[in-house]
Amino acid sequence: MDKKIFIEPLFKNNPVSVLVLGICSALAVTVKLEPALVMALSVTIVLGFSEVIISLIRNTIPNRIRIIVQLVVVAMLVILVDQILKAFAYEVSKQLSVFVGLIITNCIIMGRIEAFALGNKPLPAFVDGIANGLGYGIILVVVAFFRELFGSGTLFGYQIVPATWYIKNGGFYENNGLFILPPMALILVGVFIWVQRSIQKELIEKQ
Amino acid sequence: MDTNKNSYTIIYATVMVIVVAVVLALAASLLKDRQQRNVEIERKQMVLKSVHLAKDAEQAQDKDSYIEQEYAKYITDSSITKDGKELVLYICNIGNGQKFFVMPVRGAGLWGPVWGYVSLKDDYNTIHGAVFDHKGETPGLGAEIATSHFANQFNDKKIFDNSGKFVSVKVVKGGAVEGNPHQVDAISGGTITSQAVEDMLFSNISEYLEFFSAQAKTRAEAQAAVQAHAASDSLSVTNPMENN
Repeated sequence: MDKKIFIEPLFKNNPVSVLVLGICSALAVTVKLEPALVMALSVTIVLGFSEVIISLIRNTIPNRIRIIVQLVVVAMLVILVDQILKAFAYEVSKQLSVFVGLIITNCIIMGRIEAFALGNKPLPAFVDGIANGLGYGIILVVVAFFRELFGSGTLFGYQIVPATWYIKNGGFYENNGLFILPPMALILVGVFIWVQRSIQKELIEKQ
Repeated sequence: MDTNKNSYTIIYATVMVIVVAVVLALAASLLKDRQQRNVEIERKQMVLKSVHLAKDAEQAQDKDSYIEQEYAKYITDSSITKDGKELVLYICNIGNGQKFFVMPVRGAGLWGPVWGYVSLKDDYNTIHGAVFDHKGETPGLGAEIATSHFANQFNDKKIFDNSGKFVSVKVVKGGAVEGNPHQVDAISGGTITSQAVEDMLFSNISEYLEFFSAQAKTRAEAQAAVQAHAASDSLSVTNPMENN
């Protein structure tokens, strides 16, 4: 199996910064690092397994209803995972409940199923799903790192900026409220794409 | 096989829907008992948290049974009737005569329901503690109402102003006035959820006002009776002295 399937989605062919998929959820869940990690993990799992299932049945799917079939499989997996977590890991499921809808509608999932799972064997499809999930996770964590640090002065909920720095405690520092709001996620993703394109010149469109 | 035929497509769709429905229905009914138990444990834990009990639940070896025990030890489920409606009111008795009243509160947040438990000291005015939770508020913004950082602001706030009027506790955008007993800080970026908490507190607690004022009145009468009794006692003690 080609190693590229695993390596490329992590940076060179990242689903968010190169394919520009899954931006919507990247805006919603990157205020804090913890939900960003939970979301990245759930998308990785769901993407991996739905690619396997779709790849297994790819030759039987009637072409005219293939999008519906894909949606049903993804939705079933997400609901199943949510139900099992509710019974056996209630705390985690409460964290996740917000994201269930976001996972089903995540464009990366439909995008990768259409582009990869429908034309490849189960094992490469699984690897592609995991790798794309991780690539998505990298962006989420990077964005969430800056948003939580500058927006709330914390990382994973732990105070990083010393409390004595704050104006209300007689210091000079104030959290930047813009970082908490969704536009800042878009700006940060934009900065990420900018940095990536200045490293990988081949991504720049020819005039 | 021709996968583009109409009959194939229809049969495929039917079979797929049935398979998925069976899988989901099975999962839902098999896991139902465990899920309900989890919900019940969570309710009990929230009630305990609102009176600052069961704090080391996360360290407990068997969290579920620990919470069941603590709940059975301190909390009595009870209810009051108002206009034919039954209102749940948990009574918490932690011994040495200290009593707290825990009210469940429920309201509408930005994306879904928000709820919580508020405990009142037995002056029927001072909030002892509060906990909040939500179904689907935005993580990092509205979802912050579930943190202890937000909930602890409510400790020792008062729901009646000095003239005895019910004012509840306001969740103030831009920061509460320092020392104001009826205000707490809202969450930046979570204005609608913060407002929802304020509305929820006002409408839910006001349901209990009649009960509280009646309670306060009977207690005042009881106290007056005790005082009168004590007064007559001291009289009966002094009387013999006078007779001498």
